[in-house]
Amino acid sequence: MIQVKNLTKLYGSDIAVNALTLTVETGERVILVGSSGSGKTTTLKMINRLIEPTSGSVSLDGVDTSSLPAHELRRQIGYVFQQVGLFPHMTIGENIAVTPTLLGWSPDRIIPRVDELLELVELDPGMRSRYSNELSGGQQQRVGVARALAAGPRVMLLDEPFGSLDPLTRQRLQKSFLSICTGLNLTTVFVTHDMTEALVLGNRIGVMRDGELLQFGTPYELLSQPKDEYVYELMSTPQRQAALVNSLVTGKPTEPVS
Amino acid sequence: MSEQLHFLPEYLTAHLQLTLLALLFSTIISIPLGIVATRVTWLEPPVLAIAGVIQTIPSLALLAVMVPVLAAFDLQSIGFLPAIIGLTLYGVFPVLRNTVTGIKGIDLALKEASRGVGMTAFQQLTMVELPLAMPFIVSGIRTATVWVVGIATLSTPIGATSLGNYIFSGLQTRNYTSVLIGCVAAAILALFLDSLVRAIEVAIIRRRRGQLAIALVIVVMLYGYAGFTLAAPMIDGRQRPVIVGSKTFTEQYILSSVISLWIEHETGRSTSLVQSLGSIVAFDALAAGEIDVYVDYSGTLWANEMGRAHEKHVERVEVLDEVSQYLEKKHGITLAATLGFENAYALAVRAVDAERLDLHNVSDLITHATRFVIGGDYEFFARPEWLEVQETYGLRFREQRTMDSALMYQAAATHAVDVISAFSSDGRIVAYGLQVLKDDRNVLPPYDAVILVSARLVNDDPAVVEALTRLDGVIDVERMRAMNLRVDRYGQAPSTVASEFIEELLTTWSR
Repeated sequence: MIQVKNLTKLYGSDIAVNALTLTVETGERVILVGSSGSGKTTTLKMINRLIEPTSGSVSLDGVDTSSLPAHELRRQIGYVFQQVGLFPHMTIGENIAVTPTLLGWSPDRIIPRVDELLELVELDPGMRSRYSNELSGGQQQRVGVARALAAGPRVMLLDEPFGSLDPLTRQRLQKSFLSICTGLNLTTVFVTHDMTEALVLGNRIGVMRDGELLQFGTPYELLSQPKDEYVYELMSTPQRQAALVNSLVTGKPTEPVS
Repeated sequence: MSEQLHFLPEYLTAHLQLTLLALLFSTIISIPLGIVATRVTWLEPPVLAIAGVIQTIPSLALLAVMVPVLAAFDLQSIGFLPAIIGLTLYGVFPVLRNTVTGIKGIDLALKEASRGVGMTAFQQLTMVELPLAMPFIVSGIRTATVWVVGIATLSTPIGATSLGNYIFSGLQTRNYTSVLIGCVAAAILALFLDSLVRAIEVAIIRRRRGQLAIALVIVVMLYGYAGFTLAAPMIDGRQRPVIVGSKTFTEQYILSSVISLWIEHETGRSTSLVQSLGSIVAFDALAAGEIDVYVDYSGTLWANEMGRAHEKHVERVEVLDEVSQYLEKKHGITLAATLGFENAYALAVRAVDAERLDLHNVSDLITHATRFVIGGDYEFFARPEWLEVQETYGLRFREQRTMDSALMYQAAATHAVDVISAFSSDGRIVAYGLQVLKDDRNVLPPYDAVILVSARLVNDDPAVVEALTRLDGVIDVERMRAMNLRVDRYGQAPSTVASEFIEELLTTWSR
């Protein structure tokens, strides 16, 4: 369980995140959405202290994250980056093994773990000795997910992980991701721009704007009872797009979604 | 050619020692400094600026300036140490700059990822930043390698043996084979070390472990060789050889060879030559006991060391006496022998001009000086004797040109200059059709060639000093001119001329 209380980040007098409070239940997938600069990535990075909060607190299963050194905290939390960030001088196997290595696992434990993870993210185990520049974008992000999962974290943070992938690859990765999360009962915070992705993957969705959490609820709640015009506009994007596509197929003009 | 190649192993080994050690120190200094500069951001501009400024100091000056700096700290100021420090400073900039560029150029996403997976600051450095910056760093070492190999040739004038010995002595004695050997050997060494570092760079980028291992083994072997050859003389514990110094002109090369052969023949002591030292460097090195013996000239010591250039009409014997007493008292240096000839500064003109304009004395120049260009060696115009000559005779030349002493005679003969500060024992005065003007107002002191011996050698091995005193009066000025001419005009090696002289001397004496 992740408990975020009054989390605030100021850059000088600019407010990036303003007194944000939310709870992510164990095994829950929370998706943060909102336009660029709304503070969703800053919020995500404050959870594992890639960005130190100005004020407020984060606790994992009741333990305050500021009570231990940042690097030790991060070893307990899987993090998947938008730009993947695989280390180009390490093999795929070494990339996946990096956090277990930092934790001092023995090679007898690391080697089978790498194979297990490659299998989990549906990659050929033969890839472990390849380098990241030999992989496609989708394969790289699968490795990114495997690396985040390597040390067996209970919490995963993902920052637009599938944003730069082609639609088909993205769909396949979303599907794999969903089954991994359920399989491992991961507590997940996931940042995306893509509303369809948010609706498909999220147990609950938080809509952010100008550093504030505007509304937090299940996809159904947000679609049926949007708090304001902005939330409504945002949440109805997939439906409007579907209607537009539909009209192209049927040849009828689009009707506004009620 | 073959007598020149005989020196190759010695010079090449010395050059390799200087280069490898300086590069090692440059790297050891630069990488941590570069890392600190990327961490403490305000440090980066000043650190890079200072390293860059060192780079812009002319390399010869940077090396030469180490001599007084080290002397001020009472450290070995001639030879290996100043050369190593100068070369190390020179090698710092490229490695430092590339370390900073390499680390700063790393993709921010990778830096964030290294934090995100749970690395400490130190692990981020060693596991991600340094490995990713390594190709840049190695490329900086490669640049430094090529520079240092080239600049190491300039270690010769500050008393460190290098391939520069070929170049400096070759230029002075107009032995272009020697110059060529020095340049080619330095170029080959630079190319070899460059391709070795290049091989390491490529092996890192292309992840060729085998190639990396082979290249590193070669590097270790080179360092092993340099280290062993450096340490060997210290370990074997034999008496240090008698170190014979010489300044940067032909006569000095010949005389240092004569002295070295003589000591070896008479006493069985081994000797080593430290050639091409600057005039002041040579004296300071003797005073500090870093060289044991060299030849200087009474007038030079009289003017430069004793500051008595303003005294006129001084007698040859008087100067010798006073110089001898002064050196003994002030520096513990012994004047072991007076070789028997003078190598005086003398103004010389073309013989045809002398006849046409009726020039015999320096005072005859007064009316013509404003139309004449005078050429002098590197130190002449800065020496007290020249100031005295100018003042006493009221000479104002149209132009003063400083040039290498080896080129002055030819410059006068080819009308590039009209008057030169000739050396009276130089065979080229006559060979180039020049004529010496008489110092009719007795401004210039006498310049007797004298063998000076360090206090240290006097203490350690009086037998050597005793052997040297037997060289008193053995070379008259005709003999010296002839020997100089054989090197300058006919391209013989100074060592050949010297050994023939010793043989002749021994034959004469055995009769």
